[in-house]
Amino acid sequence: MYRYDEYDQQIVDERVKQYRDQVRRRLANELTENEFLPLRLQNGLYMQVHAYMLRIAVPYGLVSSKQMRIFSHIARKYDRGYGHLTTRQNIQFNWLKLEDTPDILADLASVEMHAIQTSGNCIRNITSDEYAGVAQDEVVDPRPYAEILRQWSTFHPEFAFLPRKFKIAISGGREDRAAILAHDIGLSVIKNAQGEIGFRVFVGGGLGRTPIIGNEICEFVPWQHALTYVESILRIYNQYGRRDNKYKARIKILVKALGIDEFRRQVEEDWAASKDGPATLTQEELDRVASFFTDPNYESLPDTNSTLNEFKADNRSFSNWMQRNVKPHRVPGYAIVVLSLKKQDVAPGDATAEQMDKVADLADRYSFGECRITHKQNLVLADVKQSDLISLWQEANTYDLATPNIGLLTDMISCPGAEFCTLANARSIPLAQLISERFDNLDFQHDIGEIALNISGCMNACGQNHIGNIGITGVEKKNHDEWYQVSIGGSEGNDSSIGKIIGPSFKFHQVPEAIDRLLQVYLRERIEAERFIDTVRRIGLKPFKEHVYATDFEVEPEETLSKKEVAPAQYTIPFYSPRF
Amino acid sequence: MKIIKNKTIIEDDWQVLRLDNQETTDNVTVAAGKIIVPLEVWQTQRDTLQQRENIGVWLASDERPEALKDDLQKFAVIAIDFPKFADGRGYSIAYNLRSRLGYTGELRAIGDVLRDQLFYMYRVGFDAFSPRPDRNIEDALKGFSDFSEVYQTSFDQPTPLFNRVKRKGNSAVGLINE
Ligand code: SF4
Repeated sequence: MYRYDEYDQQIVDERVKQYRDQVRRRLANELTENEFLPLRLQNGLYMQVHAYMLRIAVPYGLVSSKQMRIFSHIARKYDRGYGHLTTRQNIQFNWLKLEDTPDILADLASVEMHAIQTSGNCIRNITSDEYAGVAQDEVVDPRPYAEILRQWSTFHPEFAFLPRKFKIAISGGREDRAAILAHDIGLSVIKNAQGEIGFRVFVGGGLGRTPIIGNEICEFVPWQHALTYVESILRIYNQYGRRDNKYKARIKILVKALGIDEFRRQVEEDWAASKDGPATLTQEELDRVASFFTDPNYESLPDTNSTLNEFKADNRSFSNWMQRNVKPHRVPGYAIVVLSLKKQDVAPGDATAEQMDKVADLADRYSFGECRITHKQNLVLADVKQSDLISLWQEANTYDLATPNIGLLTDMISCPGAEFCTLANARSIPLAQLISERFDNLDFQHDIGEIALNISGCMNACGQNHIGNIGITGVEKKNHDEWYQVSIGGSEGNDSSIGKIIGPSFKFHQVPEAIDRLLQVYLRERIEAERFIDTVRRIGLKPFKEHVYATDFEVEPEETLSKKEVAPAQYTIPFYSPRF
Repeated sequence: MKIIKNKTIIEDDWQVLRLDNQETTDNVTVAAGKIIVPLEVWQTQRDTLQQRENIGVWLASDERPEALKDDLQKFAVIAIDFPKFADGRGYSIAYNLRSRLGYTGELRAIGDVLRDQLFYMYRVGFDAFSPRPDRNIEDALKGFSDFSEVYQTSFDQPTPLFNRVKRKGNSAVGLINE
């Protein structure tokens, strides 16, 4: 993975110093909270109901074991013993004191990490394919480009105060695993007919209140020009993006207002002045950065392992795990392992300090000392020898890291929801737990197969409900009752789509039954190995809708907790960030 | 009044004209002396104003630098207003004025100008700063030295770090870090 040279280290060290002084000035009241706010936000620090939350940048999700151990150290020393992995491949800590944060950043800087631009209206941490470099379908390894973009965007002087946050994702596989069409800029690294490398560029995708799939703005930008091209997009957005209404300030609204053709024209007009200029990327720099992403010392190994097959035949839960959590690797004899952080009774994406230490240890022993955070809030060990899978599985199991549910119903994405987020209409995590309980049966989950269930507590869509195959959103109703809208047909990846609402909303306890009925239609209608999403696409909304609403739902048990009464302090799970 | 110019504190006697509710761009009287007028006042009173020796103009964050394209040589100073420091349009206006329109005179940041933004402002082409009067201007000076190196190009630095210095690849970095 990328390692800092003296320039990277100096910039991060100076940031710690600058931030330490900003905190000092805030505590001395030389800065008002209003003035401090954008400064701390650009350093990933949010003020929450109970404490400060710090979001740490994990560039494109890559973490070394040494860095993972710093996370567990932070969890123990400054937090309450755990951290939370985010859908943008970052990690955040929820129970911090302002005074401690400069020291935390210093600890992070000692392992080449920081919290720069993890929030605020600036270019956020760049995300990428969690299987980059090891996926079988990879066309170009996106990591060198992601790192080059990271450096370019770090403290970019012109774009520190954009109309709104700005998210870039980059992917290099045939299959998009970075949800690039749901980003402000999505980059797909491709090769053209001549074998030259470049970027297919999408702009204006995003979820939130106005979900939009990104538009193609350019079908091929040669890699040398990636930085100047992206910079021109930002420059147009910075000048013309709306600043009068926070909900209309993302670039997608500008692109929609101008139309993609006019937006493209403006970008290209600006680009004409910088294209081929001094900011053009050089082969030398690309080679330098790429030198950090060369293959580790793979052994040459056979691709089949008979012990593994025997063990699989005898052990059902191991074979389930092999089927769901182990992915093919491009090098024979190796495998990609996904460690699941989705387990009943735990908020999706939470990891304890003990789990972090264990993951660091597993990474050292089984995967060249590296791991990755996925956008579905799990962890990946990318380079595991197939012959190590049994012992890895046994060890992961003892730390609750081996639930065989990757890509299944209980591998849900859920936002913090009403107990923790002031913007919510309804609770999310308890609903996720209720659903987990209802569909706890693993055989049933395996039978249903691949399905993405995403939950948000309000229309701000932090839980990515729009791109869930099943999406659930808390909606506002009178008397503070909790109601949820259900949509189906959303998806991410190459064939991204926005889900459609099936009909009237449901009360908290009715949601699992509604999901059950949706699944009944799928089981009745599916053809062979068709996935849920494929069936929805083939037969449309109607059969689902008819079946779900055909019979009445059980009257809900008297709901005792109104939204107003849900006191955060009663819960042991921390207050997570709302989206800002 | 004191301002920062070329990273030092100097006395300055330019006045910034801001219209009050009664005034309009054609009825406002532009006082004598060194004065920086709003773009629209310049546009409406151009014929008389351009006779004057010491005239400056300021742009609001929603105005376009291209509006001054043919007049750039006429101003002793161009200012860009930051109505709130979090309104970042002024950064692109400044960059365009310098890099695209080739303006070489004084470019001054006015309005909600604070220490923690000076480093960025300097980079996109501002060379003069009128920090908010309720703040210590000596203190603001420190804002320029927060970082000693930058990655990307902007007006102040036309060459990206990777073309300016010899950076280390994997094998060399491995040696310093282990
Ligand atoms: S703002 Fe985001 S985190 Fe909060 S309830 Fe709405 S979707 Fe969930």
